[in-house]
Amino acid sequence: MKIAPVVSSIKTYKGKWGIEQAAQLTRRTQFGAQWDDVTFFANHSFKKAIKELFKDDDALPAPPLNNYNDDKYTDEEIAIGQTWITATKQTGMNIGKRKNSLRSWWLGQMLNQKRSLREKMVLFWHNHFSTEMNKVDNATFSYKHNVLLRQYALGNFKDMLLAITVDPCMLKYLNGANNVKKAPDENYGRELQELFTIGKDNGPHYTEDDVKAAARVLTGYRIENKVLADVHGLFEPNRHDITDKQFSASYNNTIIKGEKDAAGANELIAMIDMILEQEEVSRFICRKLYRFFVYHDIDADTEKNIIEPLAKTFRKNKYEIKPVLKQLISSRHFFDEGNRGALIKGPIDYCVGLCREYNVKFPGDDDYVNQYAQWYNIQNTASQLQQNIGDPPNVAGWPAYYQVPQFDKIWINSDTLPKRNQFTDRMITYGFGKDKQKISIDIITYTKTFKDAGNPDALIEEAVQRLYSVPLPDKERSYIKQGILLSGLQGMQSDHYWTDAWIKIDDVSKTVNRKDVTNKLKNLYQYLMNLPQYQLY
Amino acid sequence: MKRKDFIKNVAAGVMLPAFLNGISLKALAGTSLAHSLRHLMDNDKVLVLIQLAGGNDGLNTVIPLDQYAAYLSARTNIALPEDKLLHLNGFDKTALHPSMTEMQQLFNDGKLGIIQSVSYPKPNFSHFRATDIWMTASNSDAVLNTGWAGRTLDNLYPKFPADYPNALMPDPLAIQVGSVVSSAFQGPSFTMGLAISNTNKFYNLIEGKTDVQSDTRWGEQINYIEEMSLKTDQYADVIKKAALKVTAQTDKYPAAGKNALADQLKIVARLIGGGLKTKIYMVNMGGFDTHSKQTEDADKATGNHASLLKKLSEAINAFMADLEYLQVKDRVMGITFSEFGRRIKSNASGGTDHGAAAPLFYFGHAIKGKVIGDNPILPANATVQDNVAMQNDFRSVYSSVLKSWFGLSQNDVNNILPGQYGLLPIV
Repeated sequence: MKIAPVVSSIKTYKGKWGIEQAAQLTRRTQFGAQWDDVTFFANHSFKKAIKELFKDDDALPAPPLNNYNDDKYTDEEIAIGQTWITATKQTGMNIGKRKNSLRSWWLGQMLNQKRSLREKMVLFWHNHFSTEMNKVDNATFSYKHNVLLRQYALGNFKDMLLAITVDPCMLKYLNGANNVKKAPDENYGRELQELFTIGKDNGPHYTEDDVKAAARVLTGYRIENKVLADVHGLFEPNRHDITDKQFSASYNNTIIKGEKDAAGANELIAMIDMILEQEEVSRFICRKLYRFFVYHDIDADTEKNIIEPLAKTFRKNKYEIKPVLKQLISSRHFFDEGNRGALIKGPIDYCVGLCREYNVKFPGDDDYVNQYAQWYNIQNTASQLQQNIGDPPNVAGWPAYYQVPQFDKIWINSDTLPKRNQFTDRMITYGFGKDKQKISIDIITYTKTFKDAGNPDALIEEAVQRLYSVPLPDKERSYIKQGILLSGLQGMQSDHYWTDAWIKIDDVSKTVNRKDVTNKLKNLYQYLMNLPQYQLY
Repeated sequence: MKRKDFIKNVAAGVMLPAFLNGISLKALAGTSLAHSLRHLMDNDKVLVLIQLAGGNDGLNTVIPLDQYAAYLSARTNIALPEDKLLHLNGFDKTALHPSMTEMQQLFNDGKLGIIQSVSYPKPNFSHFRATDIWMTASNSDAVLNTGWAGRTLDNLYPKFPADYPNALMPDPLAIQVGSVVSSAFQGPSFTMGLAISNTNKFYNLIEGKTDVQSDTRWGEQINYIEEMSLKTDQYADVIKKAALKVTAQTDKYPAAGKNALADQLKIVARLIGGGLKTKIYMVNMGGFDTHSKQTEDADKATGNHASLLKKLSEAINAFMADLEYLQVKDRVMGITFSEFGRRIKSNASGGTDHGAAAPLFYFGHAIKGKVIGDNPILPANATVQDNVAMQNDFRSVYSSVLKSWFGLSQNDVNNILPGQYGLLPIV
């Protein structure tokens, strides 16, 4: 199938600013289009909307808690309800529980995200600087790594690289901590170039000798873990290779001078500077951002008209992340209708997005045990759909973000597609949990937030607008109206049957009516979410 | 919108029951699988339900000739002219609407019957609630969460969908053509039905057409997801295969697109003829909510209601002919139903308002066609309060189908339709 190219430029979007465009902005920059956010953006100017997205002054969130003490297990160090990040040790017993607490907590951050790009970028960087909790096997390391991602999410890429390189979680995951002068471990030195900075697009941009040289630059770091809560990377000069490191012609034959003592740590900065001087780094990162925020395929036009100018901005601003993201997200290209619905939702976007779109209520902070349990249910669902936050499949991240030519289509297969439908069906019916702790879509409350739910056409219109980024064919529309809302009644003159039923939903003497209306709405949303359109954003 | 639309609707109707991982299935009580399937091997009967949505005006469909004067005075503005009414062999007190010539013929051939004044105690006048009552077979003041056909299928095919498809039942248990899966098919946990929402979509599926609806980035993604849906749907393939076995159907159907009900029934005939073991089909036509101008003043035998009944008559007739052509005639019976009848007295807009009891039709090559029950009694001076009184509970109709057509035991019938309902001599 031939796809019409999308050729609009990187210039600032100047077109119509209304609910449709605000919805597009929200879907792509947040987890799901929470309608309050969409209307907020639509009610402000385009400029203010973008400004809001780039607000990054929120304090870092409170840390994850011990939600796991129960009649079978008690953490001997941390009381229930207290954070375990202050713990001085972890044991074989509590590690799994803390990891689950961390995953749940992270999912909670996404669910409760502010109108900022930060949380979405945390996921971006998690996929970029991929680490696996199950391999690192230390919840404190993984938590600190997560904090680092959030801290730098909209910061400076160079600073982030420097911090990530000596981050205990990464030092352990890619063996940086075992990289000593006697036996250099090339793992991190390779991925630093291949996956984190330069990449292999249109390569090679570095040689095997460059991998070896980088590994030698990186010798000497270890994980200082005397106090678990204060774990950090530490440079030890006596483990460091103090000889000069020669890089290839790809790096203009740069020599990084071997340094003794504490000065040995400066070699890392020199090497990162050397790598960032390669223009390919800016292109590589911008391509990844494009694939994450816009569309998987980068054709020659896109490379020239979008990636190149973005990469230039990235370099010009000394690898500050905000300017380049701002340029992309406020561009004509970003708002081009041709790019609407062009991405298949990843499992996190799908699951968290649903909860936010429908304003699904979760237990509050005062009921943290159930709150974490419900966050975990959503996290676990996304995991079954093949995106387990904290544990990407390997150091390259999830294939949906890089695997040519499939990309995001990888998310949808004969196992995951039915499971996606099961999840939406479940959330619209019995949800998860029971009684007060239950989470599910509150169909009536949600529909009451519509402008004109008593009008069947307006109801369908708004449901489609909220849940889809692409149009619903008219045939489907009339089919939904007659077949679902009007029980087979036809014609404009029948609309009032729905209107009358909707008006009476709160009439306590008419419980059967409320049940009937609830069923119809349930069928409506279920139907919309079972169509392929719901998989896109 | 071609094949993909079919998939969409399959998805809406069937995706859920077809895939159960992760969803806890309520333990289904009932007869053992073996017991039930043994029964099925002995009974290959099929039921086709025709829903007339909106509340069909029974009094202008089946006319009490013996009370024509009362009829005329109650409905001066819409009464059908006596001389145009269609007479029924052997039942000279009862006549059909002038447009129903094909159904008149079927009746005279003994292949169509009428059940008079069907309703239930304390009739409800809301479309939605009354439809629900018919679909679930509940009492007027009770709410049931399962459909009567769903309970029937649950009785016949325990442990659906977990153990299905299987060798004995490789096909959908029930198929709805022309709308989303009706609540009549709702089983204890899952819908037992599959929907083919639109007749065009059916033909696109079996002809393997793919539709490039949009050359956009999203259009291409949709195509991919739809292809994946097709692969994951267990029943798309059996439907296609069954349909392809039938290479010709009777020429009695109206041209495609002229009569939506006939288009739907043509698909049903094709699937039955193609060997699907599907037990229950449901099709539907709308437009029966005739509050105004249901007849033409110049000739009251014509107008909106007349053309609806003409379509019904043509469609049933073509379907009956096709069953014979496809050599499956003795396996199939159909019944029509509507959520309620309409008021005895017509209103000032030349229409009729929501009412109570109404006649329904049953048809088939192997049924006993007759008029069951008496004409409704019309008051001499009908007021807006007057309704046709119930003679036959609709659950008597269902019970009769279950017992006499599907051969279920009285015990099973009682489980499916709580309460005691007399049987009607339909077969």
